[in-house]
Amino acid sequence: MADVNRGNRPLSPHLQIYRLPLAGITSILNRITGVGMTLAAILIVWWFAAGAFSAAYFEFVDGLLTSILGHLILIGSLAALWYHMLNSMRHLIWDTGRMMDIESVEKSSYVVFAGTAVLTLLTIIIV
Amino acid sequence: MGYKTDYARVHGSGAAGEGSHHWWSQRVTSVALIPLTLLFIFPFGRALGGGHEAFVATYSNLWHALVAILFIIAAFSHLQQGLQTVIEDYVPNKASRTAALLANTLLSWALGVAGVLSVATVLFSA
Repeated sequence: MADVNRGNRPLSPHLQIYRLPLAGITSILNRITGVGMTLAAILIVWWFAAGAFSAAYFEFVDGLLTSILGHLILIGSLAALWYHMLNSMRHLIWDTGRMMDIESVEKSSYVVFAGTAVLTLLTIIIV
Repeated sequence: MGYKTDYARVHGSGAAGEGSHHWWSQRVTSVALIPLTLLFIFPFGRALGGGHEAFVATYSNLWHALVAILFIIAAFSHLQQGLQTVIEDYVPNKASRTAALLANTLLSWALGVAGVLSVATVLFSA
């Protein structure tokens, strides 16, 4: 190993300076949104449990969930939910071996981003 | 090369040390969650912030209670499966990994059952 040239070879990309391709960004976002929704899942169970417990306690928890911070968390979770659902539908399609070429992946990535924005706004307007 | 079959060579070598059962059951819960989420979030969003009477009115309805219970079961199964994969990928230490996997399974079950029982309580006490 001593006489091997170590000076002139390309390095493998370092995570800190490596710009993720679109497929990499959409992939890690699916994990982040999935893990992030854990908080909303806990809050929703708390809300149901409070409603089953008493009217007074429900008003307290319901008030927390509809406070400014509660709204921020729930609207963030709503966007996470639509993203996770749309992107996972893409995963279910990929599982069948379809739409795996680079062009389809790039195009459908933009569909997922646009769909997330549209569906999040629509849900806020409807509800 | 040796005499091992292709299957025997790869068996148990994934991050989880298991076969395809986990992968498949995660597809099952994800497919179930598509209609269940669509059915759940709109009545939920309308009941949110509407006071206790509106809450009871929504979830004492058999249909809304059924949707909520099925959604909670599918969501917590899926959440448990997803967090399990994340733990298996990112927690290399054996002791921490086992503790995290245990906590994930137990808390997912506890919260899921708490959610189901709460909806059932509202349904049956109204």
